[in-house]
Amino acid sequence: MHTIVCIKQIIDPEIPADQFKLDPNSMRQLRGGLSLVISAYDQNALEVALQLREKGGGKVTALCLGESGAVGAIKSALGMGVDEGFLVSDQPLLESDPCGVAHVLAKAIQKIGVPDLVLTGGVSGDTGDKVMGPLLAEALGLPCVTFVSKVEVKDGKALVRRIVEDGYELVEAAFPLVASIISDDSNVPRYSKLKDIMAAAKKQVPTWKAADLGLEEARVGAGAARLQVRDVSVPQRESKCEILDGETPEERAERLALRLRELKVI
Amino acid sequence: MTDVLVLVEGQGSVPTQNTLELLGAARRLADATQGQVKAVVLGAAPTPLTAGLFACGADQVLRAEHPLLDGYQGDVYVAALTQIAGQAEPQVILLADDSCGKEVAPRLAHRLNAGVVTEVLAVEGDGPAVLFRRQMYGGRTIATLVAQRFPVVATVKPRTMAPASELAGRTGEEIAVALTLETSLVRTKVIQKVAEEVRGVKLENARVVVSGGRGLKGPEPFKQLEELAQLLRGAVGASRAATDAGWVPASWQVGQTGKTVSPDLYIAVGISGATQHLAGMTGSKTIVAINTDPDAPIFKVAHLGIVGDYKAILPKFIEKCKELT
Ligand SMILES: Cc1cc2nc3c(=O)[nH]c(=O)nc-3n(C[C@H](O)[C@H](O)[C@H](O)COP(=O)(O)OP(=O)(O)OC[C@H]3O[C@@H](n4cnc5c(N)ncnc54)[C@H](O)[C@@H]3O)c2cc1C
Repeated sequence: MHTIVCIKQIIDPEIPADQFKLDPNSMRQLRGGLSLVISAYDQNALEVALQLREKGGGKVTALCLGESGAVGAIKSALGMGVDEGFLVSDQPLLESDPCGVAHVLAKAIQKIGVPDLVLTGGVSGDTGDKVMGPLLAEALGLPCVTFVSKVEVKDGKALVRRIVEDGYELVEAAFPLVASIISDDSNVPRYSKLKDIMAAAKKQVPTWKAADLGLEEARVGAGAARLQVRDVSVPQRESKCEILDGETPEERAERLALRLRELKVI
Repeated sequence: MTDVLVLVEGQGSVPTQNTLELLGAARRLADATQGQVKAVVLGAAPTPLTAGLFACGADQVLRAEHPLLDGYQGDVYVAALTQIAGQAEPQVILLADDSCGKEVAPRLAHRLNAGVVTEVLAVEGDGPAVLFRRQMYGGRTIATLVAQRFPVVATVKPRTMAPASELAGRTGEEIAVALTLETSLVRTKVIQKVAEEVRGVKLENARVVVSGGRGLKGPEPFKQLEELAQLLRGAVGASRAATDAGWVPASWQVGQTGKTVSPDLYIAVGISGATQHLAGMTGSKTIVAINTDPDAPIFKVAHLGIVGDYKAILPKFIEKCKELT
């Protein structure tokens, strides 16, 4: 079983509010001294792929479209235990809209060789888009299941757990398949072992440019974007929290209930 | 002129809440641009939904019936909507941002060579331009996106837009659409549906939500939250830290990836208030935080707060609530 996991490198999304800065020109987040990470759910996707390999053998490949520095994301994935990684890095491609990104990733996947399973994160940690899995499925002409937390192989088919509003579904599909992954207690990303991190540092990461992939020019880059950001605002939250005090926690608890009653909330 | 195609659903003759919100958004956009609202009903058999859709702002109801449309199946839905959009030629296609919409919207967009935008909070006409507003960076920012060309497929975040107002007697045109759908389209199959047990009200409809986070340190304390929620006729929610730990089901998650709730009362217990969590609950009317850390960001959005250990606070709070309610 071969799994390709598409990963994105982003600025740590869990920083405190006061460290978040926006570049007024590009309307994107300013990196500053903040650390870069593999987007949260992409890490869960890596974990799903590694567990599948542990159970049934095979190979896990990480694929990333990003700045040249995104080789760091591939190295982190190698450190987690993936077998190989590829980076697509070409500045104009980074301006593509999600459909353009899907085109780039699909071409790269075809160059690597279409695997049994393609995984993406269910939601990206920066823009909050949740479209890459299904877009990629279309670009590759493969079936697709979104918001999956678990993948099992049964009788040569995929049996996946898809999280829905009121619970979950077990969905069956033949390979090859694209799934977008979200987290649950079964796919908490593992910590890398020091020796794997050291080994990853030494591994070569093949890096491709647009010309290596045979892209359709009209689909990629800023010019192909079907939607454009006009402005971005940072909503200001006014703090007006009334902290209930009292000698003991019990007293505060009582006051809270009384106050809610007074406000007719309960 | 912006024609808006809307994928609607209902229970019997009553449109769902998501559908009402979609129709509200579509009607406002169409009115601003002299366009039409075209509601698509997919199903295996005719439904009595049409009159309700007209009353809630649809100009056209496009009915597509086919045995393969018996319940949601992604491949079939995408094929059906691709054919319908090809005939109706809308500028904007709106779907609910639910488990169906988030799977269908990108795939449909790809087939129509259209743009796609998800979790939309507002759609507006601005002259000939169409604007979509959505959160980015886990709710830290609100971005306005402009369509560069049409069509655009958008999913609308539930419980963020004003629903359509009903005008009894309003009518429109009903069109039966013929579709070519083959069984061979179907590539994924649901073999089991497991619904989490819901005691009392559903999280997304609850007027009171009591949520717990990592600060609870295990699944046990959620029993206290359930007791409180039952007492206040509400539902229990959770942060991602709590669902990822497996303490409670993933479908209880509130926030960017989970559910958006806007109850009258939201009580956050042992939740720090990460922006991705806030993204799903700041629409709540009254927010209460119980947290040991006075600097936790949750106190920036809370209206009432107690700094302290939930273990010492909750029992007394529940007792007092029992007395008062
Ligand atoms: C792309 C992406 C999407 C995400 N989507 C979501 C989402 O939908 N929903 C979501 O919730 N998160 C989401 N997150 C995760 C989010 O960033 C936070 O990691 C998460 O919300 C933290 O959960 P928490 O507040 O329970 O845990 P923590 O941040 O660890 O906070 C625990 C809190 O409990 C308090 N505490 C500890 N002990 C006690 C006690 N005895 N009594 C009272 N208080 C106590 C602590 O002071 C602390 O404030 C997302 C993250 C990313 C990157």
